[in-house]
Amino acid sequence: MLPDNSFLIQYPHVSRVVRSLFLTAFVAFGVGALMGLFQALHRTNVLRLFDSTDYYTLLTLHGVLLAIVFTIFFLAGVFAWANTRSLDRPPVSKPFTWFWVAAMSLGTTMAGVSILGGLIPASDISADVLFTFYAPLQAHPLFYIGLALFIVGTWLAGIDWFRQFLAWRSENPGERIPLQSFMVLTTMLMWFIATMGVAVEVVVFLIPWSLGLMPAPNPLLTRTLFWFFGHPVVYFWLMPAYLLWYTVLPKISGGRLFSDPLARVVFVLFLLLSTPVGIHHQYVDPGIAEGFKFIAMTNTMFLLLPSLLTAFTVVASIEHGARQRGGTGYFGWLKALPWRDPAFTGMALAGLMFAAGGFSGMVNAGMNINYLVHNTIWVPGHFHLTVGTAVALTFMAGSYWLVPRITGRELYSRPIGLFQVVLWFIGMVFMSAAMHRGGLAGIPRRTAEPQYSQIAFETVAGSVGNLRLQMAFGGVLLFVSALLFLVNVGLTAMNNKPARGLDAALPPALSGPEQSPTILDNLKLWALIAVVLVILAYSLPLYSIVQGAGLYPAGHEASPAVIAPLLEVIA
Amino acid sequence: MHVHDYEKLWLGASLLLIVGFISTIVYGAVGAGVVMVNDEGGQVNPSELGNTTGFDDPGVTKVGPGEYEVHIVAMQFAFRPGTVELPANSTVTFYVTSRDVVHGFQVVGTNANTMVIPGEVSKLTVEFDDPGEYGIVCHEYCGSGHHGMASELLVKEPSNFTMQDDTQTQTGGNGTTNATATATGGESA
Repeated sequence: MLPDNSFLIQYPHVSRVVRSLFLTAFVAFGVGALMGLFQALHRTNVLRLFDSTDYYTLLTLHGVLLAIVFTIFFLAGVFAWANTRSLDRPPVSKPFTWFWVAAMSLGTTMAGVSILGGLIPASDISADVLFTFYAPLQAHPLFYIGLALFIVGTWLAGIDWFRQFLAWRSENPGERIPLQSFMVLTTMLMWFIATMGVAVEVVVFLIPWSLGLMPAPNPLLTRTLFWFFGHPVVYFWLMPAYLLWYTVLPKISGGRLFSDPLARVVFVLFLLLSTPVGIHHQYVDPGIAEGFKFIAMTNTMFLLLPSLLTAFTVVASIEHGARQRGGTGYFGWLKALPWRDPAFTGMALAGLMFAAGGFSGMVNAGMNINYLVHNTIWVPGHFHLTVGTAVALTFMAGSYWLVPRITGRELYSRPIGLFQVVLWFIGMVFMSAAMHRGGLAGIPRRTAEPQYSQIAFETVAGSVGNLRLQMAFGGVLLFVSALLFLVNVGLTAMNNKPARGLDAALPPALSGPEQSPTILDNLKLWALIAVVLVILAYSLPLYSIVQGAGLYPAGHEASPAVIAPLLEVIA
Repeated sequence: MHVHDYEKLWLGASLLLIVGFISTIVYGAVGAGVVMVNDEGGQVNPSELGNTTGFDDPGVTKVGPGEYEVHIVAMQFAFRPGTVELPANSTVTFYVTSRDVVHGFQVVGTNANTMVIPGEVSKLTVEFDDPGEYGIVCHEYCGSGHHGMASELLVKEPSNFTMQDDTQTQTGGNGTTNATATATGGESA
């Protein structure tokens, strides 16, 4: 039998919500990973099952399913669990919770169907616009409407968690916000601000345009609005991983979080700095003055600070855990850690990979060095370390710990889990290192062909053929790892053995919240400052872009235009 | 607020690292003279490129001793002109725009790299010191034929170089050749 203080017994309804969100996340993960395998084999010329022109449909599916659906559905599950667990009270309204789950799911289905339509030429429906869906490449209206619905669903989720918090606040006036809830709320505030860009892009410009009601919008404007959202979204993926590193990893390591105040400072910094940096994706865009790029660059560099602080706190907490378990010495404590636990090892390897990804990201952030790597395969090499490992591997490792808590079933196999997380790490070392090196040789990203007939890419060491084999090999390992994860979690859900050791409590931090000023918990203040920073960083660039070419400049056409068939359907 | 001593040390070191990074970039801009692609190129009507000076007949123009301008039009799925020939020891200003969707422009193996956005003109100045053959790729996904979009840049010995269209020798240009520093900084393409 499960103990009375386990999450599943206390909150069976929230557990059901989390299970349903995780299910969608894992289905998206499986399909997205399969698309990744196809790409890794296709563009390296190892095995070609599709025509090169269909490559981009698969690539769109890979990007949208993994970067949007898998990550956001999973983090919604983590947040629903963490907010409820740390506030120790359920959300205010069950129908409201199911309403946002339904909105997110319906939006996802619409966008997914419109992408798959690209593989069926007779369908007139396609959305081969990749993850970066700015004009003038046009998708079917179904894609944009689905996307809008999905974003609205995430807003409602945020509102649900805030209502839950306010209900807690009225019962607990004057108390410090519990840490996990604090992390959920600051992250959602950041998300509300960040999604303003994509909401304006999609609702004001792309939907009316794709329906044929309005002319083509200024491409640079939609691009800028996209990146207004397109960079902070990476922190939306990363924050739930940080939440697990700060609150769950210390418990798994056998210790306690080193510092609660510093954890709060880190999340406040992310709220403030995540959004006014998006222009660093546009360092080599025409139409944006150098000064604006410089401002985005300095903000980006300061955004390193919360991650560097996290590195300290997480390692210090793990070390504390190891010493509680009897570890000694300068480095000898490393041996005392629970390396056989896939939840621990997965998160530790994810953190290690994040350090590497952070350094390759600093190269991208370096405005002038970026010339060398902009839009080369270096860039996907970088984000497969960050979102593809720091986030995805933490989510997988976290699942091994969390899924038994929301299903009440014992993890099917720890050895398979351990093998799986290590395999992901090794696969990513091969694939990502080869991608970084290929990028330095100038090989472009997002292309179906392994080489251009008239161009010789010169690598620093090793041949291009060699790099391709490494990429394909790494991609295969990653796919096998993804498959093992899904099988292991699937069998866990069907496992008849009840889970053990499900105490819902997490150990308190060594330095507790009482050691930090209460102003840290003033969410209104931080949200206000965050909005001011965004206005400072974006008002002038947006103004000058609109001054330049206008909102609807003459001479722009959609490509491919899907307006005509749709109007025929309506008529 | 209680902050552990080791944490303070780490915080200080982190800030130092960040300021160090920003300094290297400032040095790159001020010391090495790396200029960002910016809003100098101005705007054009992408449907009217045939009537737009420079883009109506894209290609190489000599604007001064050792100084050239190259106009390039990107479109699904090619660059026009398909091949660009230039002499070594030249300072070259590229003006690149798109007739349809967003494209990319990179001279492979160098740091001549820009986005190409319809309606906007990307302007970048590069120095070519030595003869060589370079590929130019579109590095931004632009549609189902994206992987076929590439062209060539041939940097020739000055003695072997003749302008394909030698009627265009201007001096001074339109005020674009004087102020731009090289995008390549110390190590030229």
